[in-house]
Amino acid sequence: MDRLFNDLLECTPPAAPVRGTFPQVNVWEDSDSLVAEAEIPGLTMQNVEVFVLGDELTIQGKRGETSGEGVTYHRRERGLGEFSRVLRLPVAIDADKVSAELRDGVLTIRLPKAQAALPRKIQVKS
Amino acid sequence: MTTQMLEQSAPADVVRTERTRGGRCYQPNVDILESPGELTLYADMPGVRSGGVDVRFENGTLTLCGKVEPRQKEDTNFLLREYGIGDFHRTFQVSEVIDAARITAEFVDGVLIVHLPKVEAARPRRIAVKTN
Repeated sequence: MDRLFNDLLECTPPAAPVRGTFPQVNVWEDSDSLVAEAEIPGLTMQNVEVFVLGDELTIQGKRGETSGEGVTYHRRERGLGEFSRVLRLPVAIDADKVSAELRDGVLTIRLPKAQAALPRKIQVKS
Repeated sequence: MTTQMLEQSAPADVVRTERTRGGRCYQPNVDILESPGELTLYADMPGVRSGGVDVRFENGTLTLCGKVEPRQKEDTNFLLREYGIGDFHRTFQVSEVIDAARITAEFVDGVLIVHLPKVEAARPRRIAVKTN
């Protein structure tokens, strides 16, 4: 029981400095679109690229170093350098209507489903 | 001489601080740099609005808090979920003499930057050596 409470109340420690995949992505779906969200703090739209090719979504960019002259590091947990992440999407999407927004370090990509992938209501004749 | 900046870890017998707000809480990843004049801390807090950041320095303890509003509805149908969303919180013990009155902080693109200037006495000074 003690352990359960500790797990609930304590903050989750930061992920290891070197992560296998960056950025981490959440994807969800509503009736007409897929939405992909990634946390990329410190980046602006100038150093991020998002593109869709077929059923693949690519997020790539570069995060610069927070360095200066004559500084020493006490801690260095934030990743830096170039990254590229490719996700395979489960449904066909309309590449022309994809939109992306970056706000406070959160990248949100809205991917409208292609006409063919939208659910269609079938009239049942009686 | 390097300044120590230790993360505060509560001993096992100390009662842990509990949060009144429910939900998950995460420790932000940080970079801490020391230059001759100051310590600079960078903390990744994606999703925090600039009004939701709270930085406190008290008795040598630096506390960073970032409030994150939920971005998705609870019944969202996730196809892929690689990270959780919740508030950020982390505490540091700063042993170097910091000039508390001159601490400044800024929040840019999801990154909190805290400047902790050292008091004059703690800055390294170069001593001119006289020669005959």
